[in-house]
Amino acid sequence: MDTNLALVLLLTPFLGFLINIFFGKSLGKSVSGIIGTLSIVVSFIVTITLFLQINQTQKAISIDLFDWIQISKFNVSFGFLLDQLSILWLLFVTGIGSLIHLYSISYMHDDENMHKFFAYLNLFIFFMISLVVGSNLLVMFIGWEGVGLCSYLLIGFWHKNQDYNDAAKKAFIMNRIGDLGLLIGIFILGNLFSTLDFTSLETAIKGATNVDTFWLSIAALSLFIGACGKSAQIPLYTWLPDAMAGPTPVSALIHAATMVTAGIFMVTRLHFLFDLTPEIQTIIAVIGGITSLVAATIGLVQTDIKKVLAYSTVSQLGLMFLALGFGAYEVAVFHVITHAFFKACLFLGSGSVIHGLHGEQDMRKMGGLKKAMPITFWTMLIASLAISGVPLFSGFFSKDEILMTAFHHNIPLWVVGSVASIMTAFYMFRLMFLTFFKEFRGTEEQKHHLHESPSLITIPLIVLAILAAIGGLISLPTNSWLNGYLAPLFAHAEHEEHVLGTTEYILMAIAVVGGLIGIGIAYSKYISKNEIPDEDAEITGVTKVLYNKYYVDELYDSIFVSSINALSKFFRDYVETGIAALVFGFGKAANELSFQGKKLQNGSVGLYLFAFVLGLCAIISYLFLAQ
Amino acid sequence: MNNILTQIGIENYIFLCVVLFCIGIFGVLYRRNAIIVFMSIEIMLNAVNLLFVAFSTYHQDTQGQVFVFFSMAVAAAEVAVGLAILVSIFRNIGSISIDNLKNLKG
Repeated sequence: MDTNLALVLLLTPFLGFLINIFFGKSLGKSVSGIIGTLSIVVSFIVTITLFLQINQTQKAISIDLFDWIQISKFNVSFGFLLDQLSILWLLFVTGIGSLIHLYSISYMHDDENMHKFFAYLNLFIFFMISLVVGSNLLVMFIGWEGVGLCSYLLIGFWHKNQDYNDAAKKAFIMNRIGDLGLLIGIFILGNLFSTLDFTSLETAIKGATNVDTFWLSIAALSLFIGACGKSAQIPLYTWLPDAMAGPTPVSALIHAATMVTAGIFMVTRLHFLFDLTPEIQTIIAVIGGITSLVAATIGLVQTDIKKVLAYSTVSQLGLMFLALGFGAYEVAVFHVITHAFFKACLFLGSGSVIHGLHGEQDMRKMGGLKKAMPITFWTMLIASLAISGVPLFSGFFSKDEILMTAFHHNIPLWVVGSVASIMTAFYMFRLMFLTFFKEFRGTEEQKHHLHESPSLITIPLIVLAILAAIGGLISLPTNSWLNGYLAPLFAHAEHEEHVLGTTEYILMAIAVVGGLIGIGIAYSKYISKNEIPDEDAEITGVTKVLYNKYYVDELYDSIFVSSINALSKFFRDYVETGIAALVFGFGKAANELSFQGKKLQNGSVGLYLFAFVLGLCAIISYLFLAQ
Repeated sequence: MNNILTQIGIENYIFLCVVLFCIGIFGVLYRRNAIIVFMSIEIMLNAVNLLFVAFSTYHQDTQGQVFVFFSMAVAAAEVAVGLAILVSIFRNIGSISIDNLKNLKG
C-alpha cells in the first residue's frame, strides 16, 4: 500500500512529463497545461494522505524497491524514506508546485512552446520528489542532478536570447562545482561506513567509537560545498540572480521555493554528521551570515524587480544556513517553509506585474500600479510584510527564531543577521513603493493596457498570500507544532527550548523596530521625497559598487574564467597542434610511400613475372649462401 | 629400379631437372603468348616432380612419389582453372598476349 502510494507520488509527475514532451504539441496548450497541473495535484493529494498517516503514527515509512549496487560489503538499495522531514518538504514542493503550475497555464499561454514548459516543470517536480524521498545519498544525488538539469533547461527556456543561454550555462556550471563537493562527501562517507543509507549512516556515525574526526570534517565540508552550490551561498551564489532569465513561474518554483532549499534539506537530513563537526558548523553559520548580509546590500540598489527578489532569496537562504550552523534545524526548516510561501507569492506577484506591463522588469518604469492591479498589490503587500518580519505575519516568527538562536550562540552573527533583516525590510518596501505607488512612469501605450491579471494568476497569489500571512502558526514561540512534529528526527540532538524571558522580548522588539525602521526609510525616500533610482549611467560611488554586485562576476571572470580560457587556448594552439601534426605526419608519410609504391604496379604482366623470377632467384641464392 | 639409377647416375637426373626448370623460366620470361607461358610453368612444375621421383628412388623412400601424386593432382586442377581464365580473357579482349593485360595498373 505504502509502496504503491509512494510510486504514485513519484511517477505521476513523470507521466505528466512523458505525455507533455511527446504529445503536448498535438494536445494543444490548455490540455497540456491541465495535464501538467493535474499530475502535480495528484502528487499533492498523495502527499497529504501520507502526511496524515505519518502525523498520526509518528513512524517513518521505509520502502526498498530493489537492490541497486552490490559490491562485497558495500550495498546500495533503491529505496525511499518517508519520514517527517521528507513529507514536510513534499507538502510544500507539491503544494506550491500545483499553485505555480496553475499560474503558468495563464502566464505562459502566449508561448509557442508551452507544452515543453510544462514537461520540464513536471520533470523538475519528479526529480525534486526523488531528491526528497530518497533513502540514501545516491538516490538523493539522482534527484540533485535532475533538478539541476531542469533548472538549466528552464532558465534557458527562451533559448533564442543568447544572454539567457549564458545564464543557464552559468547556473549549470556553478552547480557542477558544488556537485563535485557533494560527490566527494558521498565517497568519503561510503568509504568510512560502507553504507550510504541515511538510517544506517546515522546508526554508524553515532555508534562509531574510534571514528576519524578529520575525515568526518572533510566529508561535512564537502557536503556543505555541495549545499553552497545548490542553495546559492558565497562563493557559489552568482548563478541565482542570473537565473532570473527564466520565465517568472520558474523563478518562483525552482529559484525561490523548492530547488534552492535542497542544500538546507541535505544538511538537515545529515544533521547527525554535522552535529559531530562543530568547526564545520561554525563555517556554515559564518558563510550563511555573510551571504545574507552581502546579498541584502546588493538587493538595496537593484532596479530589476526580479533581481531584487533574487538577492532577497540569496539573503534569506543565508539566514537559513545561519540557523543550520547553530544546529537549530527545526528553525531553519520553519524558515524554509515560510520563505517558500512569501517568496513564491512575491515572485508570482512580480510575474503578474511583468505580465501586465508586457515584459517590463525595470522598476524605474513602473509605479502607480496599485489602482490597476489591486489583487496583485494586496497579495504582494502581505508577502512583503511577512518577509520584513512585521509581527503576526509568518516571516516574523521564523526570522525571529533564527535571530534569537543566533543571539544565544554568537552575538556578531546576530548583528549581521539583524542588519540583513533591516535591509530586507528596506528593499522590499522600496520595491513595493516603486512599483505600486505614485504615478506610472512607463509609456502611454503601456499605461493604456494596464490591467489586473486573469483569475488563474490571481488565485494562486491569494492562496499564497494567505499562507504567507498565517504560515507562522505552525511554529509559535510558546507552542510549536513543527518542533513537536520534527522531534522524532532530532530526538537525540541537543534540544533547546526557548523560554520567553525578558531577553527574548527585547530581541523581538529590536527585530520588529529594525524592520519598521527599514520600511520607514523606504517610505521617506520613495514616497515623501519621491525619489526614483538613477539611470544606469548616473550611478556613482558606493551605489555603483553595489549596483554592479561588488564586481564579483567580473572578479570570477578575471580569475577563473579567463585563466581557464587561457589554458584552453594554450592547449588548443600548442598541444593540440603538436598532436595533430604528429598524427597527420604519420598519415602523410604512409601516403607518400604508397604513391611511390604505386608506380611499380604498371600493369605489365611480363614485368610482374620478371620480378617473380628475380625474387625466386634471390631466395635460392640466399639459401645457398647462408649454408 | 636401382639399376636405372646406377646405370645413368643421380647427377644426370639433377642436370636434366635444372635444365628443364631453366627452360621453363625462360619460357615464362620471354614468351608473350599466355598459353606458352602457361606451358612453361607446367614444364617447371614437372621438372620439380621428376627431381622428386628421382630422389625418392635414390633414398629408397616412397614419400617423394606420394608427393608427386598430389602435386600432379593439384597441377591438373590448376590447369583447368588457368585455361578457363584464359578462355574468358580471350572472349573479353580478343587476345591472349600478356602485353595486352594492363588492367592491373595501379
